[in-house]
Amino acid sequence: MNSREITTQISDAAESLNLRKWDYGASFSNDFSVQVDKGEAKQLKASQKQILTIRVWNQSNLVGITTTSDISESGIKKALKQANIASDFGNKNESTEFSPLSKDPIKVKEVKKRNPVGIKKLLTLLREAEVKLLKSHESIKSVPYNGLSESFFERVYANSDGAFRSYSKSQAALYLYARAEEKNKKPRSSGSIKLGYGVDDIDIESCIREASNKTISHLNYSSIKTDKYLICFSPESFLTIISAFSSMFNARSIIDGVSLSNKNSIGEKISTEALNIYDDGLHEKNISSSPFDGEGTPTKRLCLINKGRIENFIHSESTARIFKTNPTGHAGLGSKVSVSPDWIVVEKSEENFDLKTSLDHSTYQGEFVYIEELNAIHAGVRASQGSFSLPFDGWLYKNGEKISIESATVAGDIKYLLKNILNIESSQEVTTSGISPHIWVDELSITGDA
Amino acid sequence: MLSSQIKSNEIVFGSCNKDLLEEIIFYGIGLGADFVEIFLESTDNSSVLAEEDFITSVSPSFGRGAGIRIFKEKKDGFVSTNDLTKHGLMRSVSQAIEMLDITDNKKEVFNGLNKHRDYGLSKKKWINEVPSIHEISEKLLVSTKSLKKNNKIITRKGSYSRNLQEVIIASSDGTYVSDIRLHQTVGLNVIASDAQYRSSGSRRFGSSGIPSEFRLWDHEKAANDVVESSMNMLYADYVDAGQMPVVLANKFGGVIFHEACGHLLETTQIERGTTPFENKLNEKIAHESVTAIDEGISEGSFGSLSVDDEGMEPEKSVLIKDGILKKFISDRAGELRTGHKRTGSGRRQNYSFAAASRMRNTYIAKGDYSKEDLINSISDGLYCKSMGGGSVGATGQFNFAVEEGYLIKNGKLTNPVKGATLIGEAKEVMPKISMCGNDLELAPGFCGSISGSVNVTVGQPHIKVDSITVGGR
Repeated sequence: MNSREITTQISDAAESLNLRKWDYGASFSNDFSVQVDKGEAKQLKASQKQILTIRVWNQSNLVGITTTSDISESGIKKALKQANIASDFGNKNESTEFSPLSKDPIKVKEVKKRNPVGIKKLLTLLREAEVKLLKSHESIKSVPYNGLSESFFERVYANSDGAFRSYSKSQAALYLYARAEEKNKKPRSSGSIKLGYGVDDIDIESCIREASNKTISHLNYSSIKTDKYLICFSPESFLTIISAFSSMFNARSIIDGVSLSNKNSIGEKISTEALNIYDDGLHEKNISSSPFDGEGTPTKRLCLINKGRIENFIHSESTARIFKTNPTGHAGLGSKVSVSPDWIVVEKSEENFDLKTSLDHSTYQGEFVYIEELNAIHAGVRASQGSFSLPFDGWLYKNGEKISIESATVAGDIKYLLKNILNIESSQEVTTSGISPHIWVDELSITGDA
Repeated sequence: MLSSQIKSNEIVFGSCNKDLLEEIIFYGIGLGADFVEIFLESTDNSSVLAEEDFITSVSPSFGRGAGIRIFKEKKDGFVSTNDLTKHGLMRSVSQAIEMLDITDNKKEVFNGLNKHRDYGLSKKKWINEVPSIHEISEKLLVSTKSLKKNNKIITRKGSYSRNLQEVIIASSDGTYVSDIRLHQTVGLNVIASDAQYRSSGSRRFGSSGIPSEFRLWDHEKAANDVVESSMNMLYADYVDAGQMPVVLANKFGGVIFHEACGHLLETTQIERGTTPFENKLNEKIAHESVTAIDEGISEGSFGSLSVDDEGMEPEKSVLIKDGILKKFISDRAGELRTGHKRTGSGRRQNYSFAAASRMRNTYIAKGDYSKEDLINSISDGLYCKSMGGGSVGATGQFNFAVEEGYLIKNGKLTNPVKGATLIGEAKEVMPKISMCGNDLELAPGFCGSISGSVNVTVGQPHIKVDSITVGGR
């Protein structure tokens, strides 16, 4: 069945069950992936997936939901019946409606859809990449985590009010994670991920080079003394920490009382005036972009922090109604609709006169800690409290020299971090999760072995 | 066709069509596969969320799918699909054969499937005893009401999820088993706040099998614990960072062994060359106080299995005996690629993952000391009463968060402290677990790894680690 046929089938089944108001979201995908081990194929995978989420409103306008992978006629009927039963338990204190924007025009990026290259080519490319990475340095003994995949999928949203949206796309991913070992030293490990619309769009050589350079550069390591340090966050690590605390901009989290912000936080100054942060799901560099969210609301660029002040929250239909604004295209589709950011873009505002522009990670001669990558976010972030204590990969810069840090954690508070930004470098870098320049922050606590 | 047997809202597979399964396996073997495995799954899940004094979400879901794995020499091809028709399953076998580029004429022998072994037979009776959504909702509301013990508690949540899974596993070595798995988990969460101070608290209860277990859950005790914990931590200072001795509480404190060592004893880590213990069998890798076990059959425990996802009965594996490494946790691919015998530990989140060697109920055995003995032995250190999540990296470096901690001064517990993270390396920390208490307890959890998120139990008595890096401020 195609998405139009499924919509018709749901409509017919709903009518036969006397269910007048419904909507659904669906995804259909075909994925292929390979892993290798020292030149040999290890595991080759293919999957065909279909997920259908149906919401039904009962006569009291309470909503119920069911998710299923069974899109047969009987499966769809069962899902509608279950959703109808679940609607008896619908939230009486917060109603959910169709998004008022679910029929608005959507902006779809013009991307040439790629054709599958097939498992054999994936395997050949990954084998070659593994060999090159192993040969790139004598200390690289293995590439324990590696994979090359291509996915082809379609997303659909439709409702009983006549809204219908569908888009399909392709995506490919390569990850190479090398492990280096030298005598009488601890093994070191690092890697690189690259995304593309298709396998042919992925810069494999750059992925190999990045994984190799990052791994090798950490071979000469040293422990760091526990103390407070001047910190420079790499674009990737700063995006990681902003994403971990994105509940500050999340209307759902605010209503639920688990955000550091509250309903009156719009306009609140939370950082230097030099900082702007946007959520921009349709950004041309965002490979994973989607033109609409789970409720069918169009995706758009939204300013979250403007010159250091909170400018907007991200919303679903129901949170937008509570806040008397419009949905922003960030909703999932659930019994309790979740809200999440798409693609964070951090930039320097025009109000940047208070920055210490001498702090440039490529030229600064003083002592600082460069945080390359933050780890174990799920364990070390207390988003509702604002605190974090996270292991990281990074460097101690001192007198123009840099020493890889053996193992350490950085701890602090997100509000302190944002208010103590000393510099936002001019050059932005594109990562797999967003765009950001290097960000300098006044003293944060680093715990090391020394 | 298989799909014609699938009905709504009941045990879907029952006594499966043996002829069809054999036909599919014959097809794969005939095309040159060394081994063919079929994993069929049907699920019927529900989750319920209570916030403050209202039910705010009820989310049922159901589905079905198949995972078909073909081995040729040491490589495997895995195809997952929602299409359970004969045509769909045959096509998946063909796809896996094609992926592996099998062209040779050498054929393995398939003698047909063994007599069906139904591990779910006795469980079919209790399916109807699973609590209804009404019953669950009422109990959750009572639970969240129990959290209203202090006006500084600003958010109260109770959540429940129930996963009912029916599986059939058939493979070319004759394996032909089916099982019904029921997992229930219920948790309470609060956030406490007073001016600029904030803290959170959580507790989770989980069981495997036994539908009535949820009814025995002592929500009053859980509510008291979670409120007390959050209030103790509300005004706590941040811990000072550094190297120090720590005492880790029993139950969920067992996450230290799970992260620091357990993952490194899975054969997937040997395959990748990412475990420092690869060639250490029968060598001392931990303090002689440490005996560690991974078992699949602890009754009612969250990680318990009647049969693993490759059709093998789980064995009790003594991983470390008095500090000596005795065994790795192995699955079919692990046995094939590393030589370590299968331990009934082939596990997967669902049909869309190939099974991999995964922990089940993993714990450090009890020792001779009391909790007080351990604390009294420390003049300046940290007591970790409640642990958060953790992880282990490709070089064996682990970390995990302390949710509720107290300073130890001169052998006594003193001020609560927050913001602590424990970091270290497995082979360095294992020899430093120098004292084990006599109060072993287990706790439920979820473990995410190569084959998805699976139910596990972690556990230990109180243990003392002589020195570990505590990250803080």
